[in-house]
Amino acid sequence: MNVVVCAKQIPDPAAPGELDPNTKTLKREGKLILDDSDAYGVEMGLQLADKAGGGEVTLVSMAPHDEVSGLRTALAMGAAKAILISDDALQGSDSLATAKVLAAAIKRAEPDLVLTATESTDGYTGLLPAQLAELLGWPSITFAKHIEVTDGKAKVQRQTEEGYDEVEAPLPAIVSVTAGVVEPRYPSFKGIMAAKNKPVDQVTVADLGLSADDVGWKGARQEITDVVPAEERKAGEIVEDEGDAHERIVQFLEQLKVI
Amino acid sequence: MQLDLTPEQEDFRKVVRDFAEREIAPYTEEWDRTHTFPVDTVLAMGELGLFGLPFPEEYGGSGADFTTLCLAIEELARVDSSMAITLEAGVGLGANPVFRFGTEEQRQRWLPDLCAGRALGAFGLTEPHGGSDAGATATRATLDGDEWVIDGSKAFITNSGTPITSIITVTAASGPGEISAIVVPAGTPGLVVEPPYRKMGWHASDTHGLVFDGCRVPAENLLGERGQGFRNFLAILDDGRVAIAALAVGLAQACLEQSIAYAKERKAFGGPIGRYQGVAFKCADLAVGVENARALTYKAAWLKDEGRPFKQAAAMAKLYATELAVTATREATQIFGGYGFIDETPVARFYRDAKILEIGEGTSEVQRLVISRELGLPVET
Ligand SMILES: Cc1cc2nc3c(=O)[nH]c(=O)nc-3n(C[C@H](O)[C@H](O)[C@H](O)COP(=O)(O)OP(=O)(O)OC[C@H]3O[C@@H](n4cnc5c(N)ncnc54)[C@H](O)[C@@H]3O)c2cc1C
Ligand SMILES: Cc1cc2nc3c(=O)[nH]c(=O)nc-3n(C[C@H](O)[C@H](O)[C@H](O)COP(=O)(O)OP(=O)(O)OC[C@H]3O[C@@H](n4cnc5c(N)ncnc54)[C@H](O)[C@@H]3O)c2cc1C
Repeated sequence: MNVVVCAKQIPDPAAPGELDPNTKTLKREGKLILDDSDAYGVEMGLQLADKAGGGEVTLVSMAPHDEVSGLRTALAMGAAKAILISDDALQGSDSLATAKVLAAAIKRAEPDLVLTATESTDGYTGLLPAQLAELLGWPSITFAKHIEVTDGKAKVQRQTEEGYDEVEAPLPAIVSVTAGVVEPRYPSFKGIMAAKNKPVDQVTVADLGLSADDVGWKGARQEITDVVPAEERKAGEIVEDEGDAHERIVQFLEQLKVI
Repeated sequence: MQLDLTPEQEDFRKVVRDFAEREIAPYTEEWDRTHTFPVDTVLAMGELGLFGLPFPEEYGGSGADFTTLCLAIEELARVDSSMAITLEAGVGLGANPVFRFGTEEQRQRWLPDLCAGRALGAFGLTEPHGGSDAGATATRATLDGDEWVIDGSKAFITNSGTPITSIITVTAASGPGEISAIVVPAGTPGLVVEPPYRKMGWHASDTHGLVFDGCRVPAENLLGERGQGFRNFLAILDDGRVAIAALAVGLAQACLEQSIAYAKERKAFGGPIGRYQGVAFKCADLAVGVENARALTYKAAWLKDEGRPFKQAAAMAKLYATELAVTATREATQIFGGYGFIDETPVARFYRDAKILEIGEGTSEVQRLVISRELGLPVET
């Protein structure tokens, strides 16, 4: 079974991010790393291909400046190859434009299954998975906490607030996986050395048969009008137990209408 | 001149750092307090491929260079010296003698498990009456038919009593003026593993005294040529010294990072203590020391990887880096004030863990002996 895993390369969250005051977007000049959220997809993809007894994991990533650092990490974990879309025309692409680009690249790989994270660590819109499914015309299952593939179908346990739903869809399908579904492996030294020689297919917007007008600032349907700092969290209220703490907590929660 | 590590070495350093921070850091305090050797964590280090790093793939190794092993040891030591020495001794003293001096059959027999970290090897050189003068071994090995009979005792042997210890290589007098190395599998009748020592530091590392009482192993367990045991272990120790230097660099690096963070955050006399030169300059000196120690260590590792002589460089790196580590832990403890003396504070553990570095795999005095001799001085032992 061939699995495509969408692998976003993002600025290291450990280093404080910076916004470009003109475009109001995140600066992505430095080295980018594999989004931790996507390490789960990679691990899941590797396990599913392994269980199926054949097939491989192909990474698909859109990132500026021909960035491959994050892809190398995923290749070192065991993915077989990668498609990287990097093109100046992509500057300013919103999530729909990103989805168009990724969908075109995914089609090239002819996968049985596509995995994404539920949302990226930096952009965090969570829009991509459904947009991809719509553009490709394939079923979409979101928030997977367990995936099994049998008889050309993906059987998925889908995380809900109460527990999980059991859903299934014919392949090819797009499944977004939650963090914690599997324990991503650490790349070994051998894996890192092997990754050096694994193919990364670098393509442009034109290579994918897309027009530069569909992507980047031109193709964007979203506009960032303003960026404001999040409100600081207010200090909580401390309830000292003088024998009636439980009653006061219940009262407090009733006030908030949560119970 | 090129002073960068390769991108692959940098990537792997990052992997080991992540592993150390996620799988080791949350538990170090507890292991230290309860003197626990964490078997599952050591097995996980094995799965990561750490124990097979410098060995060829045909024995289950990763085919990495020695510098890469040093990076892994450094990153573990930045978080936990006990796990770093478990790796250092497992590779340097356990597997390395088998790889360097073993026959093809011995390598095939013992290396795959050691490389995978499913099993740990130990090396018994030091004896209760003396370690620096290791040529004066009182342990005896007598050939009786097709078996060696070993009698004597060893002291302070790392990794010798863990649930996954597979082999212990011991040096013994196999005749007048003749020392040989012999592999004793764990559990061999006549091998008594004494209860663990109560140590000042390295609480999560496994150290025992060993007694050999008519302990019989097959004649083919001789490692390297008969009578070459002394020369061979000197070569093993040259490698080990660079690895111990790497461990010291990691420990000193941790002291530097934690000292800087604390000096920024702790306030006294109306401001962070880092604004007082008495504290800031300690950090500056530490930074210089760490840089120096790292440079000496990587240089020695590089010389070894290049196949050039490195005995002198190894002794220099070990001497400088371990003495720096002891200084660094003392200064970090000072910067942490009273909290530095409290065991929950990592620097308190660092302080206890550091001292052994100036002693094991050749004391500082022995390093100075080696360096003096390489300088051509007629120094006496
Ligand atoms: C104003 C603006 C400017 C931008 N400029 C650029 C630019 O200059 N260059 C550029 O490359 N991108 C650019 N982007 C795209 C952006 O980085 C995101 O990739 C895109 O908007 C998806 O949003 P998200 O991260 O919130 O996705 P989500 O919907 O939160 O992502 C869900 C999952 O989809 C997958 N995914 C998302 N994005 C990618 C990706 N890029 N590659 C592979 N998998 C992915 C991951 O698995 C991710 O976890 C820009 C976006 C905006 C809004
Ligand atoms: C936790 C721990 C783990 C260890 N692990 C191992 C192991 O796995 N395998 C192993 O074989 N050993 C191991 N050792 C032993 C260690 O290598 C020895 O303790 C060390 O080599 C010193 O030997 P010694 O203790 O006999 O000291 P001694 O040799 O008795 O030395 C005592 C003092 O005299 C000094 N001295 C001796 N000779 C001279 C001289 N000629 N000139 C100047 N000064 C001199 C020494 O430097 C030292 O300061 C371990 C020790 C510890 C504490």
